[in-house]
Amino acid sequence: MKKREIQEINASSMADISFLLLIFFLVTTSMATDKGLFRTLPPPVEQKKQNEEIEVNKRNIMLVLVNSSDKLMVNGEVMDVMSLKEKAKEFIDNPANKENLPEKETVDIDYFGKCRITTKHVISLQNDRGTSYQAYIAVQNELVAAYNELRDEISAKKFEGRKYSQLTESEQEAVRKYYPLKISEAEPKNYGQVTGGAQ
Amino acid sequence: MAKFRKEGGKRLPAISTASLPDIIFMLLFFFMTTTTMKENTMMVDLKLPEATELTKLEKKSLAKYVYIGVPKRELQKQNGTEARVQLDDAFAKKPADVGVYIAKKRDAMPESDQPLMIVSLKVDKDTKMGVVTDVKQELRKAYACRIYYTANERSNSY
Repeated sequence: MKKREIQEINASSMADISFLLLIFFLVTTSMATDKGLFRTLPPPVEQKKQNEEIEVNKRNIMLVLVNSSDKLMVNGEVMDVMSLKEKAKEFIDNPANKENLPEKETVDIDYFGKCRITTKHVISLQNDRGTSYQAYIAVQNELVAAYNELRDEISAKKFEGRKYSQLTESEQEAVRKYYPLKISEAEPKNYGQVTGGAQ
Repeated sequence: MAKFRKEGGKRLPAISTASLPDIIFMLLFFFMTTTTMKENTMMVDLKLPEATELTKLEKKSLAKYVYIGVPKRELQKQNGTEARVQLDDAFAKKPADVGVYIAKKRDAMPESDQPLMIVSLKVDKDTKMGVVTDVKQELRKAYACRIYYTANERSNSY
């Protein structure tokens, strides 16, 4: 008896099917991974408290104003975005222990021991309704960059030239305590003419 | 016995396409693993601002999105050319809608994730801060304090 050969399954349409699937996924998905600046907003203020301003020593505040034409003013003087980072670094660290920069306190931190840091400093960022988002993000970015650079510097000094991102979890926490991120996005106020579009 | 070759008898064999499905499947799997489903259809024009000090959004399931920008050209007739806030597939009619939307999204999340919710603000770079500030105030009122200013990577820093 003649042996019957099993017929091969025709696979030529397989390519078309998989093409179809491929195109479906290309259309419905997006490659972009989300990146951005993470920030924590303060909880809402109660109506009563709104009027009382919290007393903060003037030397501990760095007031950054961005006006409706995206110009920058830091503690009363006009400044470029380019030089903001250096200014912020000096303010946060206060290396020369100057009178007009934030006061230092002795704090006990793991790995570092007792050290004198500016615990009370606050960078207060205020913007106009007419400020463009790009300018606002650029300023935010420079301030975060100042913190990141300071953290990298202290990490390199303390942990044998390693960067902040290369440290272990507990070491990172110690560095974060050394340079705590204190950027306050103030209650909105209007400076100058209102040009921003409301809803 | 001598055999004679037929003239022009030798044809090129057809190229085998048997491996084509495999190649396409490989591509398919590549795209399936590297990409994510689109969250929403964009109704506003978005050009994200640029920054250098960016961190990656670790868990996408925790992120809820708020888009702000000028409506797309075909939608401008109904919605105007001023910057608007897009929530899911609709424009917010009044600022308070943002709070309602966020509360609704938070309730839909598992309870353990609720305090970890992150609101990702995707804002066009030419938007005026007034609109953004209104949204931020609404988010504060809704106790959605963990926010994310989504931006694109810029290579050079100052």
